[in-house]
Amino acid sequence: MRLSSKTTTLLALAALIALAPLFFPSSYYFRVGSLIFVNGLAVTGLVVLTGYAGQISLGHAGFVGIGAYACALAPVHLGLNPIAAAVVGAALSGGIAWLVGRPILRLKGYYLAVASLGFGALVSMVLANEAQVTGGPDGMTVPDPGLRALLKSAGLDLSNSAFWYAFSGIVLVIGAWLALNLYHSPTGRALRALHGSEVAARTVGVDVAGFKLRAFVISAFYASLSGSLLALQNKFITPDVAGYMHSIELVTMTVLGGAGSVLGAICGAMILTTLPQVLTVFQEYEQVMLGLVMMLVMIFMRDGLLPSLSRKIRGRGK
Amino acid sequence: MPELMQFLLSGVTVGAVYALVALGFTIIYNASDVVNFAQGEFVMLGGMFTVFAFEAGLPLPLAALLAIIATAAIGVALNKLAIEPARGAPVVSLIIITIGASILIRGLTQIAFDKQLHRFPAFSGDAPIQIVGATMLPQSLWVIAGALAIFVGLWLFFTRTLTGRAVLATANNRIAAQLVGINTKYVMTLSFALSAAIGALAGVLVTPITLTGYDIGIALALKGFAAAMLGGMGNPKGALVGGLLLGVIEALTAGYLSSQYKDAAAFVIILAVLFAMPQGLFGRQSTDRV
Amino acid sequence: MSLLQIEGLGIDFGGLRAVHDVSFSLGAGEIVSVIGPNGAGKTTLFNMISGVYRPEHGRVRLAGEDVTGIEPHLLARRGLSRTFQNLQIFQAMTVLENAIAGHHLHEKGPVLADLLSLPSSRRRAAEAEASARMLLDRVGLGRAEAQEAGSLSYGALKRLEIARALALKPRVLLLDEPAAGCNAVETEEIDRLIAEVAAEGVAILLVEHDMKMVMRISNHIVVLDHGEKIAEGAPAKVSRDPRVIEAYLGPQVRETADAHG
Repeated sequence: MRLSSKTTTLLALAALIALAPLFFPSSYYFRVGSLIFVNGLAVTGLVVLTGYAGQISLGHAGFVGIGAYACALAPVHLGLNPIAAAVVGAALSGGIAWLVGRPILRLKGYYLAVASLGFGALVSMVLANEAQVTGGPDGMTVPDPGLRALLKSAGLDLSNSAFWYAFSGIVLVIGAWLALNLYHSPTGRALRALHGSEVAARTVGVDVAGFKLRAFVISAFYASLSGSLLALQNKFITPDVAGYMHSIELVTMTVLGGAGSVLGAICGAMILTTLPQVLTVFQEYEQVMLGLVMMLVMIFMRDGLLPSLSRKIRGRGK
Repeated sequence: MPELMQFLLSGVTVGAVYALVALGFTIIYNASDVVNFAQGEFVMLGGMFTVFAFEAGLPLPLAALLAIIATAAIGVALNKLAIEPARGAPVVSLIIITIGASILIRGLTQIAFDKQLHRFPAFSGDAPIQIVGATMLPQSLWVIAGALAIFVGLWLFFTRTLTGRAVLATANNRIAAQLVGINTKYVMTLSFALSAAIGALAGVLVTPITLTGYDIGIALALKGFAAAMLGGMGNPKGALVGGLLLGVIEALTAGYLSSQYKDAAAFVIILAVLFAMPQGLFGRQSTDRV
Repeated sequence: MSLLQIEGLGIDFGGLRAVHDVSFSLGAGEIVSVIGPNGAGKTTLFNMISGVYRPEHGRVRLAGEDVTGIEPHLLARRGLSRTFQNLQIFQAMTVLENAIAGHHLHEKGPVLADLLSLPSSRRRAAEAEASARMLLDRVGLGRAEAQEAGSLSYGALKRLEIARALALKPRVLLLDEPAAGCNAVETEEIDRLIAEVAAEGVAILLVEHDMKMVMRISNHIVVLDHGEKIAEGAPAKVSRDPRVIEAYLGPQVRETADAHG
């Protein structure tokens, strides 16, 4: 039997995550790897919103912030385990996305961009200013969920960075699986249809506002869980995760790799997450390089790196 | 009400700068349908170039003039190297290209100059003036007068000159403009030069009050973008009203409610306006043709 | 009984009367054509009937129910579907997916089932796919199913739009210039397809410039000029109506006279 493109993508992703550690010279690489997965998760959600449904958000870091702070606050105030807190955070993000999404998603193009940007800015301002709750710009610590200790008592002793590498990796594969399922499903088809032509989607019965909202809520779940994962493995969180620059980074990762494909967007996350690590030697030039990469890829590879490259390769094969 | 007057005056000063940034957005948007997120960097460059030319010993007016010309040249380069080759790309790609450009410009500035905050002397000294019980820096008057002069000048340019009308015609309908013989590429170049020069001038005017540094551009771009959308993208009158409104709202929020949330007030107002009027205050209603 | 009833429909654009007081009705299995010179308001009329524009005056009734100004996706649920004069194809999707997308109302279900790819979700999609394949065969696009829709010829895209509209199993089908830009063979195919669909009991409202086709397949013709209905009736009657001839030929006659004068 021929493997479907979905299965191939998932297998490739899982194999890459599982085998990469064989080539890691130090535990530092586990750390970079799990950062890639954390960003990859948020970006996979944006693939649903931007790649499938064609809607822009410049404020998704707001949901990352909600997810992150849920893991810091819910254990203190509600006595929840941090993992349960992540679920509560995702539910909260989804709920907020549902409320905010209704009016915001009526807007189009640049108007949607500025409205979502405003939403993200508001979240990060609340996180930075409500210092008595959130610790303000200094940030706050996040309790350990005790999962590693649990594994250790079960006989599997992983280093801290290796554990979070594996954990984030598994969450990412699950996230990618869900997003790929969605692509070929009736919902995914409706989203891609309204991306192609809203008026035609309406005439075949697609409730355009409702489906945009679904994509927005789904992407908020992803962003929120990404924030929770980041908080849990860093054990510390600052309002920067919710900031404008983080929103921009997420959108750039999505579009850089190829918003239409989950694997492409995860590649984008990989490139943009590793770039600063590689460039630490030339820290002065980090911004210059980042800016150049963003511009060059978008000018010369409009569909993103992966789709453009694969088209080039296929074109040569003919 | 000296207190209110004080807040209004500082709001109008800041608002004048936002209006100029919003105007820069508007000019480029009209010529090319691109929202240029690097617009804030033009303001930063205007201030930075002036600072370093002035410190190198040039007289201030000459330093300012050179800064404006140099920034305009960078605007033209941005158009030629990044926007023209990306003609027809989707909105998300264009957003990323111009944000990339702003990060690039910021990075280069930081390498070429430094990471410090700078200023140069105010044009007419620093002795505050009393206006209806409120105090005001003479430089604020320069900012407000400069903004007014630019708006009047542009209005004359767009309505009285052939070139200006060509720009307006291109904004209305690019293909029709090409058919009647307007060189739309030249119009785009001109728009980027103009918009960069306006940004740089705003930077020159405001630096003695707010100081300048390599990273002041992002915040200005966001506020200017928001002001332009508030007024209705593509409408110069909207840019003026949107900018002033935003400045005043911020000043009043900072004064009466909380200075921490002054930026929040701006975004709350923008969200409210967009929900009620999805095209902004003066935006054109668009009907889908099918 | 008439399936679709249009009563005194009208809309203005910025003070300009685009359509004014147009009434007619359409029964099951009937083919009614709306004709008129360019700019007569035909597409605007279509946009009002299909919920894309909200009419300012008048009523639209679908099987007796007042559906004036309700959203297109709700009209779709009530069995009204349409095609577009300037194509509205989902360009980035394959031909097959375009046809499946037409089955949206049959295949949609809970998002969670779709995310988890539950058997229920896969079954819905598979049913829609099977039906879409049959429709593509019917419009002669069966072999193109795997192609990206954007790569099809103009005539093929027109047929794809019809297939997508048929996927809703509509009671009323609005076709906006289905044969525009098609060659003689393609026009004939579309012609036959329309007749077949009508024979199954679907009420068809047609805007078309190809007069031969209109005269051949219509049961009833409505003539618009400057947004108003100037005549209606059987093809043979309408084609002899002096007002219709004037609306079509009047300006031309004058133009010729001017050219000679």
